Amino acid sequence: MGLEQYLLMRHELVLTLITLIILIAELCIKGDNSRKIRPFAIILFFIATVVGFLPLGEGSLFGGMFQTNGMILIMKNVLNIGVLIIFIQSYTWLGNEENKIKVSEFFLLMLSTLIGMDFMISSGDFLMFYIGLELATIPIASLAAYERTKTKSAEAGIKLILSSALSSGIMLYGISMLYGTTGSIYFSEVAKSLHSSNLQTLAFIFFFSGMAFKISIVPFHLWTADVYEGAPISVTSYLSVISKGAAVFIFVIMLFTVFRAMTAMWQDVLYITSVLTMTIGNLFAMRQKNLKRFLAFSSISQAGFIFLGMIGGNELGMTSVVYFMLIYIFSNLGAFGVVSAIANRTGKENRDDYDGLYLTNPKLSLLMMIALFSLAGIPPVAGFFGKFFLFTAAAKGGFYMLVLIGVLNTIISLYYYLLVVKAMFINKSETPIQYFKSDGYTRLGLIICFAGIVFTGLFSFVFEYIRVYAFGV
Amino acid sequence: MLTIPIETQILFAGILFFLGLIGLLVRRNMIFMLMSIEIMLNSAGLVFIIAGNHWKQPDGQVMFIFILTVAAVEVAIGLALILQVYHHYKTLDADAVNKLRDQNSK
Repeated sequence: MGLEQYLLMRHELVLTLITLIILIAELCIKGDNSRKIRPFAIILFFIATVVGFLPLGEGSLFGGMFQTNGMILIMKNVLNIGVLIIFIQSYTWLGNEENKIKVSEFFLLMLSTLIGMDFMISSGDFLMFYIGLELATIPIASLAAYERTKTKSAEAGIKLILSSALSSGIMLYGISMLYGTTGSIYFSEVAKSLHSSNLQTLAFIFFFSGMAFKISIVPFHLWTADVYEGAPISVTSYLSVISKGAAVFIFVIMLFTVFRAMTAMWQDVLYITSVLTMTIGNLFAMRQKNLKRFLAFSSISQAGFIFLGMIGGNELGMTSVVYFMLIYIFSNLGAFGVVSAIANRTGKENRDDYDGLYLTNPKLSLLMMIALFSLAGIPPVAGFFGKFFLFTAAAKGGFYMLVLIGVLNTIISLYYYLLVVKAMFINKSETPIQYFKSDGYTRLGLIICFAGIVFTGLFSFVFEYIRVYAFGV
Repeated sequence: MLTIPIETQILFAGILFFLGLIGLLVRRNMIFMLMSIEIMLNSAGLVFIIAGNHWKQPDGQVMFIFILTVAAVEVAIGLALILQVYHHYKTLDADAVNKLRDQNSK
């Protein structure tokens, strides 16, 4: 065992390297460096994403603090793809006059949160998990306050840091109780000594509350809509897909490994919160006029659907959660991409402003329609298959009632997704958004999302690939 | 040597935690809210030290050192953002910082 064992943490090493290169590049490039930094960072990160797909063995490092296997590798790759799309989509926005002086900070903070998420997903004990979680959370708060001149952005930042600090405090208290009752902070040791005593149940509830803040599960969702509205759109899409995705991934891993002995207990907790999250997320999404708030509540209700995949506690569930997350990244980023393209050009983010969009910008409205259909789960597009597998996983675990509630909620969600489609295609407007031509990077980002939605939906081997790679079956 | 029973120690940490939580909910000044969160983090750290002492392991104390470090980072970012908010709103009252809200609710 030489130095090559450290290749197991290839993702983290490559990301750290890129972060350092961008940091140095910013110092070296003279003058207006924003034009050079943006493509440079995107190309570097594209290489990192491709390198991430190279096969990698299983194993653990540092006495079990860091572990990796096929499933974890796929999770990291899914996150990488999402971040790449966000980088491409934010290219135009970063070129604005006010953002020019802080372009590299955007990339540095984003990449350091990604490093934190990778370490968090790979963690083998609670110390690594906690540090990864904080590294994944704290820089996002400063990113939410990225637009210094805007009042709303500052407010989003303070709301995010206060609620995330509170959530990590609660979670830490739960972890400390777990340590107190089991005598170890290593996942494998903790898993052996759990036996659903009262104190351990309480510890799990505390831990769950902390995680629920990150995934924005009802009743811990109150920060979501405010922060999503106030933060810049690129950061909002990052929060809604990448941060949420990473938290979902580590949560599903921990439920299936660490808390395996308490399955009966956490199934009850997941059952109740999932029903609440789907329903309340849907009901609130209906009455939103601002599209960023609307997508925030839609992403809350999607989190409820994700719990359907976890609750069965089976292998199919884990695969379908990862598969759903991949589809969710493409569809949500597609929707956010359209909103951001229009907001960058016109500054409009309300649903009423989209009246008659099809007549002036047919391509954008078609993409928005497909993304929203995919979020709603209408058959030809990918979202349907994602939801289908989640429901199958829950049904396999015997939760037929929950599946029924999930299907009902899907129908409710159709209503508000179609409201936006109706505004674009049917409503007439005196002052529609004028036709505009997006620049290359915006279009590239949208095309990737479109291709992703179609590709993951039409070709079943994506699901098989995840399954085979993760479990070797 | 006088030894305090572990139940008392845990109870003390629990009281500290809920003091922090209540402080966060009751206080409206954002700096005090941040301080209350610090108290919560430190009470969790205290439980780690108590448990580490109980199991005769160094893990609890190692955890505590990292918690302290991360808490310091959180405060640094938190204070910077509070400064930013003060710049825009000219107040530290959390209730006054409410530009982001549901447009339907009056």
